[in-house]
Amino acid sequence: MSQALSYAYYPGCSGMGTSKEYDQSTRAVCKALGITLIDIEDWSCCGSTPAHTVDHVLSAALSARNLAKIESMGQKTAVTPCPSCLTNLRTASHRMAKEAFKEKVNALLDAPYDNTVDTKSVLQVLVEDLGAEELAKRVVKPLSGLKVAPYYGCIMNRPPEVMEFDDPENPMALDDILAALGAEVLPFPLKVECCGASYGVARKDIVAKLSGKLLGAAAGLGADVIVAACPLCQMNLDLRQEQINQANGTHYHMPVLYYTQLMGLALGLPERQLGLDKLCVDPRAILRAALNKPAKAAND
Amino acid sequence: MKIGVFVCHCGSNIEATVDTAAVAEAARSYPDVAFATDVMYACSEPGQDAIIDTVRGKGLDGVVVASCSPRMHEPTFRRAVERAGLNRYMLEMANIREHVSWIGKNREANTNKAAELVRLAVEKLRQDRALFPKSFEVTKRVLVIGGGVAGIQAALDCAEGGLDVVLVEKSSTIGGKMAKLDKTFPTVDCSSCILGPKMVDVSQNDKISLYAYSEIEEIGGYVGNFEVKIRKKAAYVDWSLCTGCGLCMEKCPSKKSHDAFNEGVGQTTAINIPFPQAIPKKAVIDPKFCRQFIKGKCGVCAKVCPSGAIRYDMEDEIVTEKVGAIVAATGYDLFDYTKYGEYGGGRYPDVITSLQYERLLSASGPTGGHIKRPSDGKEPKNIVFIQCVGSRDKSVDRPYCTGFCCMYTAKQAILTKDHLPESQSYVFYMDIRAPGKLYDEFTRRAMEEYGARYVRGRVSMIYPKKKEGGDVLVVRGVDTLLGQQVEVEADLVVLAVGAEAAKGSPQLAEKLRISYDKYGFFMESHVKLRPVETNTAGVYLAGSCQGPKDIPSSVGQGSAAASKVLGLFSKDKLESDPQISQVDIKRCVGCGKCIATCPFGAIKSVDFRGEPKAEVIETVCQGCGICTSTCPQGAIQLSHFTDNQILAEVNALCQS
Repeated sequence: MSQALSYAYYPGCSGMGTSKEYDQSTRAVCKALGITLIDIEDWSCCGSTPAHTVDHVLSAALSARNLAKIESMGQKTAVTPCPSCLTNLRTASHRMAKEAFKEKVNALLDAPYDNTVDTKSVLQVLVEDLGAEELAKRVVKPLSGLKVAPYYGCIMNRPPEVMEFDDPENPMALDDILAALGAEVLPFPLKVECCGASYGVARKDIVAKLSGKLLGAAAGLGADVIVAACPLCQMNLDLRQEQINQANGTHYHMPVLYYTQLMGLALGLPERQLGLDKLCVDPRAILRAALNKPAKAAND
Repeated sequence: MKIGVFVCHCGSNIEATVDTAAVAEAARSYPDVAFATDVMYACSEPGQDAIIDTVRGKGLDGVVVASCSPRMHEPTFRRAVERAGLNRYMLEMANIREHVSWIGKNREANTNKAAELVRLAVEKLRQDRALFPKSFEVTKRVLVIGGGVAGIQAALDCAEGGLDVVLVEKSSTIGGKMAKLDKTFPTVDCSSCILGPKMVDVSQNDKISLYAYSEIEEIGGYVGNFEVKIRKKAAYVDWSLCTGCGLCMEKCPSKKSHDAFNEGVGQTTAINIPFPQAIPKKAVIDPKFCRQFIKGKCGVCAKVCPSGAIRYDMEDEIVTEKVGAIVAATGYDLFDYTKYGEYGGGRYPDVITSLQYERLLSASGPTGGHIKRPSDGKEPKNIVFIQCVGSRDKSVDRPYCTGFCCMYTAKQAILTKDHLPESQSYVFYMDIRAPGKLYDEFTRRAMEEYGARYVRGRVSMIYPKKKEGGDVLVVRGVDTLLGQQVEVEADLVVLAVGAEAAKGSPQLAEKLRISYDKYGFFMESHVKLRPVETNTAGVYLAGSCQGPKDIPSSVGQGSAAASKVLGLFSKDKLESDPQISQVDIKRCVGCGKCIATCPFGAIKSVDFRGEPKAEVIETVCQGCGICTSTCPQGAIQLSHFTDNQILAEVNALCQS
């Protein structure tokens, strides 16, 4: 890390609400690692899941409005923790590479967007700009003894020609980060499978089936926790875990943490900065049990 | 000069969009044209007879045929004018089919363009001179590159026909892919039982010199007189002494070398003979795994070898052979299945390729013919076969159908049931392609008699799942006939990988000066009518180097290539094409630019009365014309395409 890392930060709507702990822990972790996140004045929703199903130009304009603001801030790179925001922002840029499309979008904006901003996920920045080796050096409380199932969700790396990050079928970025934290990373075969996403509202049965599979696979591997990188995935797996258990007749008790929360723990940040109390399935007992194991073993 | 013009209808191919009668009418006004007519099919017997009769009846000096591409029928019409008593180079063709009627629908514009092309041809013909081929001696020996079943067949047939054969094989044994197969479809006979005797025939045939563990380094010369440099790779074993006893293999301490013959499902020793029926049965050291090479000490094989054949200091050797014809039979390679990340190729040990499975089935394979899955050595119960992995899939740049995977998958499903009667096979397929003799019946047998469950649809994902009594792989796909997603729990997944061109094919094609397609397969001269020839005289193709082929087709083409070679060598002398460059020695200043640009090395510098001059080696010149456009003096002219002839065409075009 030769130069200071500094990015425009796009928290996304969920970061302000359902995944406040993701936003909180991201900010805390970045600060601890010396990564500067600059907030964007008057940012708005990227269009989320519905916009692109209605109108590609309008959807791109919603994202481009934010990107234009970042451009006017003089920033080259925006980061966001949320894969869904990432998809929208990157797709907008990708589509606006075509001049005709760009003109249509700019017609809708107050100030035209010149398409100079690159958007990355926080995960990508950690792996590519900071590096897992550098991260490993900063770890003060290694997560040794904790068995984690890294879960990327289906859109962090897809479609590959838009996201241009990691392998679309077998990504390793999250695995590498968690390994750098000292955790035991399980080869989670369903790491890019869909959790059911926003069907949680319309068709709970689908989420119960798909997310149920994810929980089952993680439990089958003997994971202590699932590590998520997407607010919607985390919500389906965590908030709806009891619903899923009821629907499928299962009894999972699997904490689902954001990777930034685990990073915070490993970096020695206080728990209250990481929002562990906001998770539905309380991870604290499991974390304590797992993380204390190796220490005891060492004493023996 | 009296010129006759024949404008062909080609049925409706030309006539539908060109007024051929009007073209003939226009031709009558061109200089020196004594006769012009339109004909239904110029290439048919009455068409050719009409040309011959008119040449003789009207005393014509040259003929223009306006019809299809000269690639197709120039030789046909050259023979026709020759039969009529003219020199065969007093013929010109105007391509009014590919260049006119097939590419435009405007009849008037087409007719005008056709008339202009005929005008060019007439003007060119007015400048044409009779050319006469020279004849040269032929070396009646043939080089066969590749010792798979196609190459073996070509070599044996050529030897049977009395020719000396040089057979070059890059691995240490012949046999190719077929030697790795357990059984063959649709007869389910033992592959090595039918190939083995042929391999022995090769080794025992006095007319065949076999260079195993060798590669083509360089090819020079031309049809009838090729000079080939062959690199004999260092085996670190003196094959003239090695008896193939196998003692070195027993004692070699590096027992974890990559076993290429068993497709990596087994392990072998650093010094090894690939399989018991190998031809030649000689040992080779793999320096990547040999302790003598890695650590500089071991030498066990040298100590135990009863004939003292081990040579750690061996180096590659280059030998030169002279041959008159070449058969390329370099075969294919398998698609790299790890490109399908969703199938977990390379990550999950129980996802294997079809050829690896073939080795598991084979009695001479690493498991002695027992089907054991690689992860834990257990017998699988549910086995899923996935077809079209690297075949008919644009997303991995393999849009073509490999053609034989449907069949070998059916075979493997049948063999699986024979080996493990309690097992259940599932086959995910796109559609079944079984067009050969007894092929469709065979795939039906797999379904109906052997109970393989065929599911039409692609597999989207494979992932492992923990389960009591052994982990399984969950194969998630779609049944497009049922219209719903399906999941199968498999103990073993076999990917029916497609074929791609052998590695290094483009490089070999460059050495052979033949064309290859965008996937690296060698191009035949004509897809339908010249399937074993290439556009380079004296170079023939056999087997999968031209495109994926099954065993019957490969053997058939091997024999066909051999018959072409025998046909070529049935003449004691070959005629050279007279359409080559000639140096006007008075104009040549000996600058040597032509020598530098000639891609075939066909021009040399000679001393003429104390001055350097260029000289064309007639048999090497391919008539490409690069030297003629390079020469600053205009001293080199390409016969039949001289500056004056081309200028005559340009002038005609500018005037009309």
